[in-house]
Amino acid sequence: MQSNKLGWILLAPTLVILFFFGVLPFLYVVFVSFHQWNPFAASPEMIFNGAENFRRIVFDSAFLNSLGVTVAFVIFAVLSELVIGYLLAQAFMREFPGKSIFRTIHTLPLIMAPIIVGSVWKLMTTPSIGIIPHYLDEWFGITMNIGTSAPAAFLTIVIMDIWHWTPLVTLTLIAALVSLPRDPFEQAQIDGANKAQTFWHITLPMITPALVATVFIRLMDALRTVDEVWMLTGGGPGSSTRFLGVHIFKEVFPKTNYGYGSTISVIVLYLTIVVCWLLYVSMLAPRKNRKG
Amino acid sequence: MKKRNPLLTTLFWILISLLTLFPIYWLFVISVKPAVQLFSTPDILVSNPYWGNYVEVLGNRLIRSYMVNSLVISTGNAVLCTVLGFFTCYALSRFNLRAKESIFFWTITNRMAPPAVFLLPLFLLMTQVYRIGDFTLLDTRIGMILVYCTFNLPFAIWTLRPTIDAIPRELDEAAYVDGASPWKVITEIVFPLCRPGLAVTLILTWVFAWNEYLLAATLTNFDARTLTTGLSEYVTTTGTEWGIMATISVFTLIPALIVFGLVQKHIVAGLTFGAVKG
Repeated sequence: MQSNKLGWILLAPTLVILFFFGVLPFLYVVFVSFHQWNPFAASPEMIFNGAENFRRIVFDSAFLNSLGVTVAFVIFAVLSELVIGYLLAQAFMREFPGKSIFRTIHTLPLIMAPIIVGSVWKLMTTPSIGIIPHYLDEWFGITMNIGTSAPAAFLTIVIMDIWHWTPLVTLTLIAALVSLPRDPFEQAQIDGANKAQTFWHITLPMITPALVATVFIRLMDALRTVDEVWMLTGGGPGSSTRFLGVHIFKEVFPKTNYGYGSTISVIVLYLTIVVCWLLYVSMLAPRKNRKG
Repeated sequence: MKKRNPLLTTLFWILISLLTLFPIYWLFVISVKPAVQLFSTPDILVSNPYWGNYVEVLGNRLIRSYMVNSLVISTGNAVLCTVLGFFTCYALSRFNLRAKESIFFWTITNRMAPPAVFLLPLFLLMTQVYRIGDFTLLDTRIGMILVYCTFNLPFAIWTLRPTIDAIPRELDEAAYVDGASPWKVITEIVFPLCRPGLAVTLILTWVFAWNEYLLAATLTNFDARTLTTGLSEYVTTTGTEWGIMATISVFTLIPALIVFGLVQKHIVAGLTFGAVKG
């Protein structure tokens, strides 16, 4: 085995970059979160107010509402993306005519910027000019108005997110599936395992690391999403699609409440880390035990 | 295994593709409509396309320079993140470093931060702290490449780790026994075996950087302004110029398409991967 020095040398650039562009800004945000501060005001002084911001957040119904909406959005969107993404990745594992063309088409939504996705979906769904409400009304007599109906707006965002991000899940899972060794599958076939057994006992444990990585990426991106939602609904109607990312954005920019916005960010970051850590431990621990 | 009807398979994929393509097609439809027609009854097909938006965008020098900035920044960032991510994963996978699992988890926490409040500290650091004489990182391509590492580097590390862990250590060890240097092992043995994972990482980090909006909008003014921020210049208080916006969006898709096309075949190259392990 090589000396650990080489290991640290390989790690060093990553640690340095993340320290200067990740950790230092974070420390600054933590510092600001203990202050009342409006940097855009005529007298932009920071006023230290101890844990007041943190006390306030516990009783802040706007924040709690936003948290609830975000959790619902993450569960609906990320679970659907995982299931659809996995099924498509498996479907791409077999040969069929035109496979590479279909795979390329399937990955196209990924290359669209969130603000563009938000704009297009806005144009497709805005009542009276959008094509989707138009034909829903003409063909099925369904009225869809994302400007006034909270469920319609929420559902549109979930569908938009699934459309946009399922390809990411498919792609990372394809990469995981193609690099699996063949032997266990051949062995399972010889032993007469059925499809469900093969999936639960061979495929799933072997792709768990890739799956965890994918769930994490989607989870944390869904938790902090801003651009798409901002373009499509701006958080409305009411506060039905005011996800945490949008909520913080509104607190910081239109309301210029920088201190309190920082506090919310710190709390959200903390909650995200805890949730991800629990997921990470619970998904990976059984696997490690089995190995040992 | 059951034999599937090829016709049904094809129909299934055509249906999926139509669903996938529709919003992209709609973007194109908007880009070839004059502004007045946008608010009339929507038709699925375009009868007589209007190319005025394209003429206007192509004639705009600023947009061309935004395009170059976007290309430089996202390519630089994707290559940097993929290479550093690969090194990091190799170190985490093959060495017995202290607290390495904590370091691994810590890297991803950098991606979790809600972006809005991090804009200001980054702005302050880039204008006042990270400077050499008059040179500051604000509004420079290199600055944006480094800032994008905060979300792309953790992503690269997390997508590459499973790939590198899956490569048997015996391969490295055999090479060391044969007297290969660590550099040779990393670049000539492990790196080629990771190709599918590296290709996916490169594509996705490139796309994330290419599409980023909030940071670019705050941390660039002119010199390093990217295409996505160019879009927002058409959202004004008097109304949004949807046609122009859609046209620029179509232009942002073209380079992304080319990059995708170039890298996609390496994902397929991974299909022979299992055989190497034999």
